[in-house]
Amino acid sequence: MTFDRRSFIKLVGSASGLALAGCATTTGSGDAPAVGKTAELMPKGSARRVVVVGGGYGGTIAAKYIRMLDKSIEVVLVEKSKQFVSCPFSNFYIAGMTNDMNAITIGYDKLAANHGIKMVYAEVTQIDAAAKKVVTTEGTLAYDRCIVSPGIDFRTEEIEGYNAKTAEAFPHAWKAGAQSTLLRNQLQAMPDGGTVVMSMPLTPYRCPPGPYERSCLIAHYLKKHKPKSKLILLDANPDVVSKKPLFTKAWSTYYKDNFQYIGGKKVTQVNVAGKSVSIEGIEDFKGDVINLIPPQRAADIMVKSGLVGDDKRWCPVDAISFESPKAKGVHIIGDATALPSDGPPMPKSGYSANSQAKFCAQNVLNLMNGKPTVEFSGINVCYSAISDHESVSIAQVFNLQNGKIKSPATAISPADFSLTKAEHAYGESWLKNILTEMST
Amino acid sequence: MKMKKSLVSWALVAGCTFSGAVMAAPPTPEMLSYACAGCHGTNGGSAGMTMPSLASQSKASIVDAMKKFKSGDRPSTVMGRLAKGYSDAEFAAMGEFFSKQKFHPTTQMVDAAKAKRGEEIEDANCSRCHIDQGKDGKDDTPVMASQWLEYLKMQAALYDSGARKMPKDMADKWNKLSKEDREALLHFYASVK
Repeated sequence: MTFDRRSFIKLVGSASGLALAGCATTTGSGDAPAVGKTAELMPKGSARRVVVVGGGYGGTIAAKYIRMLDKSIEVVLVEKSKQFVSCPFSNFYIAGMTNDMNAITIGYDKLAANHGIKMVYAEVTQIDAAAKKVVTTEGTLAYDRCIVSPGIDFRTEEIEGYNAKTAEAFPHAWKAGAQSTLLRNQLQAMPDGGTVVMSMPLTPYRCPPGPYERSCLIAHYLKKHKPKSKLILLDANPDVVSKKPLFTKAWSTYYKDNFQYIGGKKVTQVNVAGKSVSIEGIEDFKGDVINLIPPQRAADIMVKSGLVGDDKRWCPVDAISFESPKAKGVHIIGDATALPSDGPPMPKSGYSANSQAKFCAQNVLNLMNGKPTVEFSGINVCYSAISDHESVSIAQVFNLQNGKIKSPATAISPADFSLTKAEHAYGESWLKNILTEMST
Repeated sequence: MKMKKSLVSWALVAGCTFSGAVMAAPPTPEMLSYACAGCHGTNGGSAGMTMPSLASQSKASIVDAMKKFKSGDRPSTVMGRLAKGYSDAEFAAMGEFFSKQKFHPTTQMVDAAKAKRGEEIEDANCSRCHIDQGKDGKDDTPVMASQWLEYLKMQAALYDSGARKMPKDMADKWNKLSKEDREALLHFYASVK
């Protein structure tokens, strides 16, 4: 990405950008930019304070575990929305397999009450590491250390014709909530015989198997309710980048009549009026419904606060403390990070953020208390549904080896689909347990 | 991370590595175990109906289960794949952690009549090993009380299909029970708090 003045202004001025929950809803792309207030919001007393920014899969856990591990620390969790809608399992809602968004929605009241976490509902406009404060739309918060779990935003400037209104016509639904509802409604309103076009970006992006799961579930929906319709998945990557043998088998077994996967198709231009997307200006794909998932980077607040690396996209962090090399006292976890890795990195997933949050919490405390930090050892488990009653998974252990995060064990489900029904049941419990852990 | 070779060998001997100037210790039992919470709940108390609670299980039962998952002796979906990423010493550390966590009672719908019948069966057949109505994990005997009925049913199906092997003492009792009595037993264990 070239970083000229125009795109810089576009970045820092992007009103839709400051989604601080790992997956929060932001649809009001026409809103005025958020303005920070300089007055102190909650003056710091004698207790040492950690401010956690972002109430998603990473931030809730970091806040909770700091309080579980050391009650002497005051924890303030700053989050824009009163409710968090999970991206994992939102594809079921999009594809009409559940009508209940409550099952993937959590609030913060119990978490705050159970652990003595102070909630601040505000939008963060600046992380000021030099002054050790977080600036929000409601005022500033001083901290001793800050943990940021900001999630992602989109590099829409790389798509010609993409503007503040495009996501309303071509929903990404890659931050769950109103965007999920929009895509769901478009699918349901589409007449039978229509074409759905999905476009997914080059890696790295949030939730590697997510677009493929979505393709299965939308194809399932079409097969069942709109059998004359079809789905085309345009993958910017040359080939399937996650659980390839499992998804390709699901596509060829269940959806061969209404689904087409095409690799190496990077959408570079949109034509909202013409209901089409273009690949390098040489090939157009027309769709009655277009689900355009743009390329991604760390949330805009990270760009604005100077916390992204030389690539201007992702946040470098220390592999043990998750501290930013660019801002002392600021620790970053979750989708926004680029962890030093040996081999395939931890995926940008909810479970990764959960695992990282715990080590970040422990090591932030150890640094504050003058104790040795501990080396990382965490897990990633991602279930992906391939139909309304079958799922596949990837299960991975990660730990620290020679200063980098490496996986000593990574494996996907057996290709014979012998476990898909059991994994579907386990997947549902995964959701229940991880959302309960985040909200109580 | 910069690290001199001599430091690396020293660190390996001491079981530590360096991150910049700060010494990093190997992950503690707590930190190893916290990673399990994504599926098994905070401190091993499960809220998911197909997922067992690990809280208050005996160290021996956790270590035994993990070794069997790792070798494939016990059937699983993700557990065996994850177990391959851990050493026996790490299984022991995690087993120690979960054994110290408080028993996790659950509130779930069970059939009262079945649970009552199950209590009689439990008392006559299971209570010598699964002591205190399955609330107390002894040696390598797992805590049965308050496990989710759905999870218990899935495990019973694995036993009945022969995919999961049963200890001989247990098989002697279990194989004599009717289908209805087996189900009643599961309803009972699910109801114990």
